[in-house]
Amino acid sequence: MISVEINGEQRELDVDPQMPLLWALRDHLDLTGTKFGCGRALCGACTVHIDGEAARSCSITVGDVDGKKVTTIEGVSGPVAEAVVGAWRDLDVVQCGYCQSGQIMSAITLLTKNPSPTDADIDSSMVGNICRCGTYQRIRAAIHQGAKKAGGEA
Amino acid sequence: MNDTDAEAGLSSPSRRRFLRGSAAATVFLLACHVPFSRRALAQQPTNNAPPIHKPNLFVKIDSDNWVTVISKHLEMGQGVTTGLATLLAEEMEADWSKMRFAFAPNDTSVYNNLDFGPMMGTGGSSSMHNSWEQMRMAGAAARAMLLAAAAEKWRVPEAELKAENSTITHKSGKSATFAELGQEAMQQPVPEKPALKAPGDWKLIGKQLPRIDSRGKTDGSGQFGLDVRRPGMRRAVIARPPLFGATLKNFDASASKKVPGVREVVKVPGGVAVVAEDTWSALRGRDALKVEWDSANAETRSTDEIQAEYGKLADGKGLVAANRGNATGTLASAEKKVKSEYFFPYLAHAPMEPLNGVLEFDGNKAKLWGGSQLQTIDTNVLAKTLGIEPGAVTIHTTLGGGSFGRRGTAVGDWVAELASISKAIKEKTPIQLVWTREDDIQGGYYRPMVLHRVEAGIDKDGNIAGWQHKIVTQSIFASTETPFTSFMVKDGVDHSSVEGVADTPYQIDNFSVLSYNAKSPVSVNWWRSVGNTHTAHVMETTLDELAKLAGKDPLEFRLQLLEDERDKSVLQLVAEKTSWRGAGDKRGLAFHKSFGTPVALVAEVDAGEGDFQVRKITAAVNCGTAINPDIVAAQVEGAVGFALSTLLRNQITLDKGRVVQSNFHNFIPTHIADMPEVEVHIVPSTGTPTGLGEPGLPPLAPSVGNAITAATGKRMYSMPFLMT
Repeated sequence: MISVEINGEQRELDVDPQMPLLWALRDHLDLTGTKFGCGRALCGACTVHIDGEAARSCSITVGDVDGKKVTTIEGVSGPVAEAVVGAWRDLDVVQCGYCQSGQIMSAITLLTKNPSPTDADIDSSMVGNICRCGTYQRIRAAIHQGAKKAGGEA
Repeated sequence: MNDTDAEAGLSSPSRRRFLRGSAAATVFLLACHVPFSRRALAQQPTNNAPPIHKPNLFVKIDSDNWVTVISKHLEMGQGVTTGLATLLAEEMEADWSKMRFAFAPNDTSVYNNLDFGPMMGTGGSSSMHNSWEQMRMAGAAARAMLLAAAAEKWRVPEAELKAENSTITHKSGKSATFAELGQEAMQQPVPEKPALKAPGDWKLIGKQLPRIDSRGKTDGSGQFGLDVRRPGMRRAVIARPPLFGATLKNFDASASKKVPGVREVVKVPGGVAVVAEDTWSALRGRDALKVEWDSANAETRSTDEIQAEYGKLADGKGLVAANRGNATGTLASAEKKVKSEYFFPYLAHAPMEPLNGVLEFDGNKAKLWGGSQLQTIDTNVLAKTLGIEPGAVTIHTTLGGGSFGRRGTAVGDWVAELASISKAIKEKTPIQLVWTREDDIQGGYYRPMVLHRVEAGIDKDGNIAGWQHKIVTQSIFASTETPFTSFMVKDGVDHSSVEGVADTPYQIDNFSVLSYNAKSPVSVNWWRSVGNTHTAHVMETTLDELAKLAGKDPLEFRLQLLEDERDKSVLQLVAEKTSWRGAGDKRGLAFHKSFGTPVALVAEVDAGEGDFQVRKITAAVNCGTAINPDIVAAQVEGAVGFALSTLLRNQITLDKGRVVQSNFHNFIPTHIADMPEVEVHIVPSTGTPTGLGEPGLPPLAPSVGNAITAATGKRMYSMPFLMT
C-alpha cells in the first residue's frame, strides 16, 4: 500500500508500485484532469506538481511518490494558480483543451519560480508542453498576464 | 459545460429521460421545424423520400434560467459550441453569461449536417456554414414562443413586450425570466418562419464573446472520451500488425494472461486485443504477447521506392482533372518557363488525445461514448459489426482532444475495433479502447504521400502562357467505398487529390491538370484541409516563380489573375496591413481559397545557412460573417501552428514498410519556441459564413517558402523544407 497526499487529501493506493502515477491518478482515483498524451515524458499533457515541482506523471511511478504531495489540475490553489487560470480564461487560450491542464501546471511552476518571465524564459520552460492546436501565442500572452496579476512585472 | 447534463440527458434517445437527468429541471425544450437545405434535399433519394420534418431540438431552458445549446457538431477545439450558442442566443435574446452546451444524440434525421445531406458529422469546415440559418431560426422561434407566452399570461399585446438577457419585460415594468415562462412557452405554436434580425441589430454576432468551453478545459472537469468512466469498465489495447496490410497468423497469450490485472486476450479482425482492469495492466499484457503476422499482402516498400514509383506513374497517362485552352501548345512557345517537382510525405494527425472510446454492449443495444466526428457512419459501423439495428445504437458524443480529421474515417476504424472487442469478450463489461501515441503515429489513416510535377510559362508580356500540372497520390475517397465516394470521385478523379489546383480561382486560360491514383495498403484519410495541404504550396510557389520570371510584383501578379472581389479582398487587406512593398519585398506572400474562404498571408522569416525561423505571419481572411472574430483569429493562429510542423520537420517515412517514427521524439510537433507572432485581419462582411477551421492552413507553407526564397534565393519545393 502506497500513501500519497493528493490535492491535500491522504490517499492509499493499492497498486503495483511500478505503475506510472498517471494511470493511478486516472484509472484508480478517477482524477481525469491529468491527461495521457505520449507516455514518455515528451508532450507534457500529464504534468502534475510533486512537492510543488512540475513533473510528468506518465514517467514517474507510484512508488516514487510514496510519502510525497501530489497536486493535479483539480487541486491547484493559491494566488499564482488563480492568476494563471484566470488569464487562461480571460484570453480564451484553449481550443481542444486536452493539453491545457499540463500547460497550466507548467505555467504555475514557471511563475512560482520566476515571477516575471521574458518570452525567452517562457519558451525555454514551456517547450516540453505540446499543443497540437497551436495555442502558443495565447499561452505566452496568458503567462505574461498571469505574471502581472500575481504581482510580477512581466 | 455541464457534463452530467450532456451524459445523462441529451445523448439518450429518450427525451423524457433527458428531462429527468438534468441537474436543474428543464422547463423548455424547443421542437421546431427547420427543413433541410435545398442542397441536402437534392442529395436525398428521390424515389420515396417524403420531406423530413421531424422536430429539431436545439435549445433547452432550465429552471436556473441557463440556456443550453444542443450541439450537433463535435467540439474538437474549433469553437463550434461557442459559435452555435452565439447564433442561438442572438435570436433568442439570451444572456451570454448563462449559456452552456450539450452534445446532440446520434439522430441523423434531426441532427444531420445540412452541407453533407443525410449525414450527421463535423468536417470540411462546414459547421457554421450549415448551421447559420438553422440555429438562428431555432433561437428566433424560441423567442417568439416566450413572447407569446408572456403576452398570453399577462394579457398584453406582444408589441409591448421585449426580450433581453433571458428575460421578457413589459413596458409596465413587469418581467419574467425565460425559465419562469418556459412551461407556458412550450405550449405555444412553433412559428414556421420566424423573422430573423437584420445584421444592424446583432448584439452578439461579430462581437468578442468568451468561449463557453473555456472553464471546463481549464479546471480539469471537461470530459473527453478518455475521461469517461462506466461501472465495471475495463480497458483494452490492441496489438496491430507492424506492416500495413499484414494479418494475424497466430499468437501466444500465455505470458500475457499471467500479467496481474489482465482479464482476457481475444482475437479481433485488426489483431489481438488485451482486456484488463486498468490501462497499465492492459499495456503490460500487450508487451507480453507473442504474435506472428502474415506479411504476404503487406506494404514492404520504403519511402524512396514509393516515391520512385510515383515518378514512373507521372511519366504515363493520367486522368483529366481539368483541361482548358491548349497548355501544351502555348508552353512550347512560351518566353520563359519553370519546371518543378514537389514531394509531400505521409503525415499523421497526432491529435493530443489519442484515439479512444467506451462501448457498452448487452447483446441487443450498444452505447458509445467518445469523440465521434461522423456519428452516422459510426452508428452504422457499430450496428453492422455487432449485428444489431442502427436504431439500437446510442452515441454519447464527448469533447474531442483534437482531431484534424483523424476521429472521423469513412470506415469508422476505431469504432469498429471497439465493437469487435465487445463482441469477442466473454465477460460482457463496458470496454474502453485506448490507443497509445505509438499506435497513433504508426497507425495509418495518414495524409497521403503526393508528387506534383508542374510546368508553367509566361509569354513576352509576362502573362501566364500555359500551365501543365500532374498530381500523383493515393486517393482518399476512391480507395474504399465510402458514403462520400459517389460525389467526391468523378471519372476516377478524386476531387480531394486535386482540389486547390483543378478548381483554382486563378484565371489561367491554357491549363491542364492530370491526376494519377497510386496504390498502397497504407491507409490514408483527410487531414486538416485535405488536398489543399499540398496543392496550395505548389500553386503559390509556382506563381511566385512566374512573377519573378516576369519581373512583376507577386501581389499584382495574383490580383490580375483573380476575378472575384471576395478573393481579391484578402490580398488587398493583407497588403495594406503589412505595407507590402512590391516586387522587391523580402517577405513571402501567398493566397489560397479553400472551403469557400480566401486567405492571404505575408510571412516574415529569418533564413540563413541551413536554418530558418518564422518571425511573424500576418493574415487576412474573408469568411463571410465572422460570428466570433476572436475564434476566427484563434483558428488562423492554430492553423499556422499546425501547418508549421509540416514544413519544419514532420513526416511519416517507411523503412521496408515499417513506420520509422513512433512518438513525439521523432515526430515532433510545432512547439512554443517555433511559434511566430500571428496577426489576423478579417474583411468585414455580413454574408453567410464560410469555413474557417481549415482555410488558414494551406497558404502557410508557400508564404514561408517564398520568404525563404526572397532571403536566400533557394526554392522550397518539397516538405518538410530542407535548407541544406
